[in-house]
Amino acid sequence: MVEVTLIEASRRAALQEMRRDERVWVLGEDVARGGLWGQYKDFLAEFGEQRVVSTPISESTIMGAGLGSALVGQRPIIEMRIFDFVMCAMDELVNQIAKIRYMFGGQAKPAVVVRMPHGMWRNSAAQHSQMLEAWFAHLPGVVVVTPATPADTAGLLVQAIRSDDPVLFFDPKDLFWVNGEISEPIEPIPFGVARKVAEGDAATVVTWSAAVPVATKGAELLATHGIKVDLFDLRTIWPWDEGAVIASVKKTGRLLVVHEAVEVAGFGAEIVARVVDQIGPANLKAAKRLAAPRIPVPFAPPLEAQVRLSPEKIVNAVKALIGA
Amino acid sequence: MSDPGDNLRRLTDLYRTMARIRAFEETALAAHKAGEIPGPLHVSIGQEAVAAGICLNLRRDDRLTSNHRGHGHAIAKGADPKRMMLELYGREGGYCRGKGGSMHIADFSVGMLGANGVVAGGIPIAVGAAQGLKMQGSDAIVTCMFGDGAVNRGPFLEGLNWAVLFKLPVLFVCEDNGVAAFTRAASVTAGPGVTDRAKALGVAAITIDGNSAMAVDDAASTAAAAVRRGEGPRLLHVRTYRITGHTSTDAAAWRPQEEVEEARSRDPIARLGAVLAERGVAPSELGKMIEDAHAEMAEARKGASAAAWPEPGVAFEDVQDTGAVAWSKSH
Repeated sequence: MVEVTLIEASRRAALQEMRRDERVWVLGEDVARGGLWGQYKDFLAEFGEQRVVSTPISESTIMGAGLGSALVGQRPIIEMRIFDFVMCAMDELVNQIAKIRYMFGGQAKPAVVVRMPHGMWRNSAAQHSQMLEAWFAHLPGVVVVTPATPADTAGLLVQAIRSDDPVLFFDPKDLFWVNGEISEPIEPIPFGVARKVAEGDAATVVTWSAAVPVATKGAELLATHGIKVDLFDLRTIWPWDEGAVIASVKKTGRLLVVHEAVEVAGFGAEIVARVVDQIGPANLKAAKRLAAPRIPVPFAPPLEAQVRLSPEKIVNAVKALIGA
Repeated sequence: MSDPGDNLRRLTDLYRTMARIRAFEETALAAHKAGEIPGPLHVSIGQEAVAAGICLNLRRDDRLTSNHRGHGHAIAKGADPKRMMLELYGREGGYCRGKGGSMHIADFSVGMLGANGVVAGGIPIAVGAAQGLKMQGSDAIVTCMFGDGAVNRGPFLEGLNWAVLFKLPVLFVCEDNGVAAFTRAASVTAGPGVTDRAKALGVAAITIDGNSAMAVDDAASTAAAAVRRGEGPRLLHVRTYRITGHTSTDAAAWRPQEEVEEARSRDPIARLGAVLAERGVAPSELGKMIEDAHAEMAEARKGASAAAWPEPGVAFEDVQDTGAVAWSKSH
């Protein structure tokens, strides 16, 4: 085990896989100089300019060229710089990558990983702070990975690079400098298995990505008031660990889904609907979502705080849920 | 280098390929009119010399990306018309198991990386495939077929820029039939056009007569060889004419009849037939090639119309390995 930052954990995962499999290559803006956050630091020297390719600012072609290389047998890591720029490559992602295996009857193997540093991040305003992961959970043909810790980022990135499915990897950029332990070598973590962060029977709290440490803090505060909750970090929202969540709600009878993204039509709605469908409304005493208002993310710190989750908001939401 | 036009067998191959493409699409059109083929059908009648002339210069392991009007490209690259027809009918045994249809014919076993329902969609994919092949040390090349409408989309600029920067083995082919769906391309394209745009990015580009199979073959031979030598991308701007409408249901009555008649007088199959006749091929031999092509496609139609539909469960396959099957089973 070694203690590293989350971004370093991701660097070591990609490094391990590029050493293991020479078909793996990385393309995106500024990746040859190490990437925007050092997630590819020293890669150029080790792997050369054919496998570590700094590209023009041409998101459509970064995405589409990654796919094209996969169609001849390479395994690209497509770096989108930050999540918000994926919108410049939506045809290549939605119409091509997500569809090509299906509409060609299984002939194509779009084994791509699309890395998208994601979420709210230090007063970066509306075009550098978005959380739209629910869009992609809605899109058949892709896996949606939303880790929150160094260990999970490393293990899930290894799994993503080895996967034959297209994997959309939402790097949690607000957590890049958080420390944590990772194993060496890094073992893959299967998709669709939640991590249980806390144990309790007052309510079930489900979350992912940058909301995880906030919810963890909230659960700790609740515990000091004698309220213990089951807290799950889903880690991947498609597939998501329906079994673990449903088993927990059967025990607690109460569900709170916490996410950074806008509440309206967010993935929390899917989880609540699915739980109601599976256990029946009679077995559910209460279900709530705690998420962002339907506004773009503003710049000024006090305005941004309107969007941001806090441990206190989670404490209040759980208390309201259980009528405490 | 010898003039490929001198080679009678080569010209005969070109003729046969064009005859098969024409027969396939005429058969498909008839089947569509008879209600046997569902969905939109974009045929390329009149444009056969482009597909035939380009693909004659490609190896089986060369890759090709195509657009929504890609039947000819697929046949010329070596795809099996029987399996193509099954796909047009949406039947089991079709290339895409009934999940793609006319717009998504692909045959990876012959390097045909797929037709595309989005204009210019194949361009970034082609440059990426070329980059992958280069990484692998392969001398295979990628041909990227797109229409005149595609040059006004961003991926055209991005893709050419990219191919030059990384000196990729891509043969770009702009198949210019003058019409982007229903709109005259010239009325929506600024400046002097595609070759100038390509040259501005450092891509050697020429315009050729796309209704002359010999001219296309000749230009493709030179360009593909340069690309294969590692000299970077080339672009061929191939002028042709779409005899039929945008889709099978478009009678193209919006075009002056004289224009269509004039184009028919330049029909690429008849033109090459005249050359072959001049060089001593008997008219009966030419006729036989056309007849054989129609017989082959009639057989394909018969097989497709009698074939079984895919099992309903096929709809749930080929989505993704993780997280698809479980959902369909739980509902």
